[in-house]
Amino acid sequence: MLPRFWRKIKYRYDLVGSYCENCQSFFYPPRNLCPHCRRRSKIKEIPFDGKGRVLSYTVVHDAPEEYKEEKPYVVALIELENGVRVISQLVCDPEEVEIGMEVKKAFRKYGEDGNSGIIYYGTKFVPDN
Amino acid sequence: MNRVAIIGVGCSKFGEMWDSGFRDIVISAGVEALEDAGLEGKEIEAMFVGNMSGGRYLAQEHIAALIADYAGLAEFNIPSTRVEVADASGGLALRQAYMAVASGMHDIVIAAGAEKVTDVGNPMDIMTSSIDREWEGFVGATLPALYAIIARLHMEKFGTKEEDLALISVKNHKNGALNPKAQFRREISLETALNSTYVAEPLKLFDCAPISDGAAVVILASEDVAKNYTDTPVFIEACSQASDYLAIQNRKDILTMSSVVAAAKQAYKQAKVEVKDIDIAEVHDSFTIAEIMAYEDLGFAKKGEGAKLIREGVTELNGDLPVNTSGGLKACGHAVGATGVRQAVEITLQLRGDAGKRQVDAEKGLALNIGGTGATAIVTIFSR
Repeated sequence: MLPRFWRKIKYRYDLVGSYCENCQSFFYPPRNLCPHCRRRSKIKEIPFDGKGRVLSYTVVHDAPEEYKEEKPYVVALIELENGVRVISQLVCDPEEVEIGMEVKKAFRKYGEDGNSGIIYYGTKFVPDN
Repeated sequence: MNRVAIIGVGCSKFGEMWDSGFRDIVISAGVEALEDAGLEGKEIEAMFVGNMSGGRYLAQEHIAALIADYAGLAEFNIPSTRVEVADASGGLALRQAYMAVASGMHDIVIAAGAEKVTDVGNPMDIMTSSIDREWEGFVGATLPALYAIIARLHMEKFGTKEEDLALISVKNHKNGALNPKAQFRREISLETALNSTYVAEPLKLFDCAPISDGAAVVILASEDVAKNYTDTPVFIEACSQASDYLAIQNRKDILTMSSVVAAAKQAYKQAKVEVKDIDIAEVHDSFTIAEIMAYEDLGFAKKGEGAKLIREGVTELNGDLPVNTSGGLKACGHAVGATGVRQAVEITLQLRGDAGKRQVDAEKGLALNIGGTGATAIVTIFSR
């Protein structure tokens, strides 16, 4: 898990995605190849503004071992202003979340690898009001 | 292409098999299939095995040789190949075996599927490897959580109710009660389903299939060779496979499984059948919402109107288009890599008239096996 994690730190910590200059499409998570242009792709990295709205969501009750302490928590499919969709945790009261709700990105802790392991940080979303 | 027939089927009991190891489960299904086909074993020319996670559950790779070995085929030195596309692995084993016979490369080929999960690993974590581990799993999204996100939007956009989802579960439990191989053999009430605890809202315990132990085997032969073994062959008229974006965040519309639409379109065309010709179907109800979406993506109902079929009883055992007569993944059990082959076993039994108390009248059947949230779909069309 560890090497997998640090390779993508830049993209996790601040919602850095990809932009294809050939077809003006945005992607998250980042891609090396644009699925519309493939060999003609002109991909560059781009940080996303991080404002969006909730397209759909769930409240997770049966959580994986590493997230047991946080349950119930909200996982949402969020559409950013540039049309990119992101699956992320949404930090709010599970009663509060609804489809269409406006949200913004936030730098948050996701978990840790035991008492002496590394701490996982990443992008979560919070209500934007 | 040669026409391909199923000449034998076998299936282990599905469920929590505390007393049985991986090898025991596989062999129980294999022996049943050999007996059903009337084969000694030495006639078999090749084998394909669907297994999703032997490496994680059992720390055992090289599953293909293991199964050929314990099936008593080691001394025939047949080619044996394990294939993996998450919980559509069984469907893929069937497809590979189908292609091996259709192409004329082999005359008699085994398609097997098997998974051993009880007491050997963490099914929730391992099923997360069927979704995008790095970008979905990392944020705490589980397989049920992603289906829940899909279900929530389906409700919002099309008016599907939690009660509709529960009706799927009730129907599949009712069918499972009639299947001696099923994991859950009890009918449940609508209230039981609706009052069960949330796993990932709006999906509850009774919306989610169990992760089970189990194995299934079908034996395929070319049409000419099949005549030597059976008077009741069931033909595979098409077996199509399609893929899609792995993570749901990259799909344009999460309410349509493009892989299912693509595989179904190709299968209907190759089999030269229309939706209305299908008499019976086994679909991948890993979650109840997946069965409703399958109705839509397979063309049984218009997009957004899948719930109508369950409300009106169309897909009940005595309805016009019975779906999941076996009990489906929900009640028969979801032995991951075995499921796609297990679906073929059910359709074969139904088309031959060997389905016992759950027998329906059918000439053409369809099976849909899905990997993860739909990044792989396999659609197979059968006829008698």
